[in-house]
Amino acid sequence: MLKLDDVTKVFKTGTFGGQEITAVSGVTFGIEPGEVVSLIGESGSGKTTVGRMILRLTRVTQGKITFDGQDVAGLGGRALHGYYSRVQGVFQDPFSSYNPVFKADRVLEMVRSNYLRGLSRAEWKTKLQTSLETVGLEPADVLGKYPHQLSGGQLQRVLISRALLLDIKILVADEIISMLDASTRIDVLNLLGDLKERGLGILFVTHDLSLGNYISDRTVILRRGLIVEMGRTEKVFGNPVHPYTKMLLASVPQMHTKWAAEAEPAGDLGHEDAADVSSAGDGALVEVERDHFARSQHNGNEGE
Amino acid sequence: MDTVDQHTDSVSTGTAAVSVTVAEEAPPRRSRNETLYFAFRNRKLVIGLSVVTFFLMLAIVGPWLTDATPFEFGYPTGEPPSREYWLGTTAPGQDVFAQFVYGLRSSFVVGALAGCVAAAIGMTVGFVGGYRGGAVDEILSVLTNVVLVIPTLAVLIIVAAYLSVQSLLAEAVLIGVTSWPWAARAIRAQTFSLASRDFISVARLSGQTGWKIVAKEIAPNMSSYLFLVFILLFGGSVLIAATLDFLGLGPSQVMSLGLMLNNAVSGSALQLGMWWWFIPPGVGITAIVGGLYVMNVGLDEVFNPKLRET
Amino acid sequence: MSLAVDNLRVYYRTLHGDCRALDGVTFTIADGEIMGLAGESGCGKSTLGKSLIRLDARMRHVEGTAQLDGTTLPIDDTKAMNAFRYREVSIIPQYAMSALNPIRKIGRMISELLGSRGVSYEDTLPELHRRLGLVGLDESVLDLYPIELSGGMKQRVVMVLSTLLDPSLLIADEITSALDVSTQKAVAEMLVEFRDRQFVKSMIVITHDLSILYQIADTILVMYAGKLVEKGSAADVTEDPKHPYTRLLIASLPEVGVRFDEQRLKGIAGRPPSLIDPPTGCRFRDRCPLAIEKCAEEPPFVEVAPGRFAACWRAGD
Repeated sequence: MLKLDDVTKVFKTGTFGGQEITAVSGVTFGIEPGEVVSLIGESGSGKTTVGRMILRLTRVTQGKITFDGQDVAGLGGRALHGYYSRVQGVFQDPFSSYNPVFKADRVLEMVRSNYLRGLSRAEWKTKLQTSLETVGLEPADVLGKYPHQLSGGQLQRVLISRALLLDIKILVADEIISMLDASTRIDVLNLLGDLKERGLGILFVTHDLSLGNYISDRTVILRRGLIVEMGRTEKVFGNPVHPYTKMLLASVPQMHTKWAAEAEPAGDLGHEDAADVSSAGDGALVEVERDHFARSQHNGNEGE
Repeated sequence: MDTVDQHTDSVSTGTAAVSVTVAEEAPPRRSRNETLYFAFRNRKLVIGLSVVTFFLMLAIVGPWLTDATPFEFGYPTGEPPSREYWLGTTAPGQDVFAQFVYGLRSSFVVGALAGCVAAAIGMTVGFVGGYRGGAVDEILSVLTNVVLVIPTLAVLIIVAAYLSVQSLLAEAVLIGVTSWPWAARAIRAQTFSLASRDFISVARLSGQTGWKIVAKEIAPNMSSYLFLVFILLFGGSVLIAATLDFLGLGPSQVMSLGLMLNNAVSGSALQLGMWWWFIPPGVGITAIVGGLYVMNVGLDEVFNPKLRET
Repeated sequence: MSLAVDNLRVYYRTLHGDCRALDGVTFTIADGEIMGLAGESGCGKSTLGKSLIRLDARMRHVEGTAQLDGTTLPIDDTKAMNAFRYREVSIIPQYAMSALNPIRKIGRMISELLGSRGVSYEDTLPELHRRLGLVGLDESVLDLYPIELSGGMKQRVVMVLSTLLDPSLLIADEITSALDVSTQKAVAEMLVEFRDRQFVKSMIVITHDLSILYQIADTILVMYAGKLVEKGSAADVTEDPKHPYTRLLIASLPEVGVRFDEQRLKGIAGRPPSLIDPPTGCRFRDRCPLAIEKCAEEPPFVEVAPGRFAACWRAGD
C-alpha cells in the first residue's frame, strides 16, 4: 500500500547551502494494511526524517514514495489534500503539537473545516463522539479545554482521534509515547494495537526496542540513515544477525536480567569514525532467512 | 512571550505535572483577568498609559476648548500665559494653546498612520521570510538589511525636500516606508522559531495552506509581541515626524509640534525669553514618546511573566 | 558516609496555593549505597533531589531535617548550603547536558566553576585528565565547544565535572533519559564505576526507568504524589513488589519478548491527584484496585518484611 523505494534525503547546511548531510540513504520498505511496522533507530538515524517524508513535510531528494501506486512527491494542491485524508501523523511532543493560545479541540475543528464541510452539525457531533470513544476518551473530558488542562496521554489520544476522523489508511506515529508516563504509555500503545486490528497500517517510529517488539509485526532497524536489519519482528529480535542489532539488544535494560559483562564497551565513545565495530557496513541487504534481511559488512564479510 | 521559549513550556516533567494538576478552572477568563490584574499593578504601564492618554485627550478635546485656530494672526504679540491666553501667544501674534492642541492632533495622526504603514510592511516581510525560509527569506533579508542600513533621516530629508510634502498622509507614508526594517527582523525571528513547532506541522497535515497558517496559527501566538512592536513604531514615528517638521520639511499648512519648534527657533523665542512658545511642544513630544516607551516596557513585563517583579 | 532524612516537607509556592510536592519523606542511605529513586512525573522525586542541595529558589522548606554523616545539612538556608554544595553534596541536574554554556569551551567552563569554589584549575588538571580518560574521553575535549560534542559525550563531561571534588553524596537527576540506549548503558555503568572507585561515596539516582535501576541500584525507593510508597533492595522491589502502585507500574512495562498479540499489558487508569489540595488518606486510593475503606486513613511507611518498607494497609496481600 505504502512503499518506499530507495529513498534518500540530503540536507544542505551552512551559508548558501555549502555542506551536505545525508540523513537517509537508500531506504526501501513497505507498509501493508493492518500491519504495524516499527522503525527503530537511535538519534541521528534518520527515522524521524523518513516519517516526515512520508507525510510530505520534507521533500525526498532521491527515490520514490508511492501510495497505492501513486508517487507522493508529485502531489500538490487538491491531490495533496486528498493524500492527507488517507495518510496522517502524530508527533512526539503532545504539548508542542497544540497551539497554546487556542483550545485543544481546535485541531479537530481544523479537520472539519478543511475536509468535512458537508456534514451537518448532528453528523459532525456523532462522528466526533465515535472518534473520541475509539481512542478511549469521554468527549466531556476533553472538549472545550485548553491544552495545558489535559494530560500528555489525553493530548496524544486527541491527536490520534483527529487522525481517525478521516478514513485514513496509514498512520505515522513518531515517538508518540516517549514523553508520556510509563503507566499511560502502554494504554496508548494498546490503542495502536486495536487500530491495527481494524485494518490501519501504522509506521511506529521509536528508539525503544521493547515497545517495538511489543506492538509491531515487522521491524526496520536504521543506523545513520541506512537500514541495517529488517524483517518480521520475531525473527529480527529472536535471531539478530547484524552486530548493531545485537549491540542494541544487549544494551536494553531488562528487569529480570542484568546486563552481560562485556569485554569491549558499547555505545558511542567519541567522535564517530568509519572503522568502528558496529558500523553499518557498505554491503547490500542480504536475505538471512525468509522475511529477514540484514546488511552485510563491506570487504565481503557476510552479516551472519 | 514565553510560548516561544521552548524550555519554559512545561518540558520539564516536574513542572508539567504541577501545571497539569493545577489548572482545572476555565483559563480564558482567568488568563484575561490575570493579564488585566498584572497590567493595572504595573507602575510603568500605568504611568506611561496615563501620560499618553492625557495628551490624547488634550488632542481630541483641546480644539473645542478654544476659538482660536493655529495659523490665525491678530492676537497680542509675545504675551506670556495668562487667563485669557492659556499658553500665551507667539511673537507674530498667534495663540500658542491652539497651536499646541492642533499640533498634538497631528502628532498622533502621523504616529498612528506611519506606525500602521511600517507595521504592515514589517509584518508582511517578517512573516513571509520567516515562514517560507530558503531563497525567499534570503532575498527579503537582503532587502531588509539594505533599508536598515540606509541613513533614514538623510534620505527622508532629501525626499521630503524634493517632494515638498504637504499632507500628513504623505508624511506618514514616507516615515512608515523607511522605519519598518527592525520590526521585520524581529517578526521574522519569532516566526522562524514558531514555524518549526509541531503544531504547525499538525496544521499542515490538516490541510491548512501557507498564508492561512501564518494568519491563524503564528500571528495569534505573537499577538502581544505584535502589539508591542506597533507601540514602538508609533513612538518612533512621532519622533521622526517631529524631527522632519522641525527642519521645516513637514507639511507647512498643518500645525504640528515640530513646526511650532521650528517657528520658535526662527522667531528667536529662546533669546526673547518666550519660554511658553517652545517648552509646551518640547514637553509634548518628549512626554508622548517617552510615555509610549515606558508603556512598552511595562507591557512587556505584563505579557512575559518571567520579567515580573512580584 | 550516611544520609538520614527525616520527615522532609518541601512545597512550591504557586498562585493557587502551596503545591505540596514533597510531603513527609523519611529514609536513610548507607555508605557506598546506590539508591534509585523511581516514580512518574510529578511524584516529587526531582524535588527530593533538589531539596537536598537546595538549588531551586522556588522551593519552600517547610519541615524536616537531613543529616549527612551526623552533620545537619542546612537545607532550609540557601546561603549556608553553599559550603556543602559541590564539595559534600553534588548534583547532576536534569537536562544538564543541554545547559552547558554554548559559547564557552569545556575547559574554560570547568576552570571558571572550580575558580568559583576556590579550587585551582591547574592543580586539578592531572586528576581531571585521569577521570576524563576513565570515562572514555580524550583530553582534547577540553578545547571543544559543547556543540561539537555528542549527547553521550556531554553527559560524561557533566558527570566528571560534578564529581571532581569527590563529594560524599551525588544526586543524579534523570541523567539517562535523553540518551540513546547504548549510551544509556555506558553512562549507567559509569555511575557504578564512580562509586566503586570511591569518587563518590553514595548516590541517589533519580529516574522514571525502573529497569535501569534494576541494573545498577542497590536499593529502590518508589514515590507517588509526594509520598514514599515502597523501599527495598533492587531485586526485591522489581521481583516482589509489595505496594499496588509498584506492582501495576512494573506490570505495565513491556520487556523485550512480550508481544501485544500474545499478552496485552495494562496501564494504570486515571491520573495522580492534584498536589495543591491533595486528598486525605492514601493518595493512590482512587486508582488502586485493592482499595478498601481503611485506605481513607493514610497508611504509614513501615517495614513490612525484613529490609522491605511499604505504605499500604494491604502490603504483601
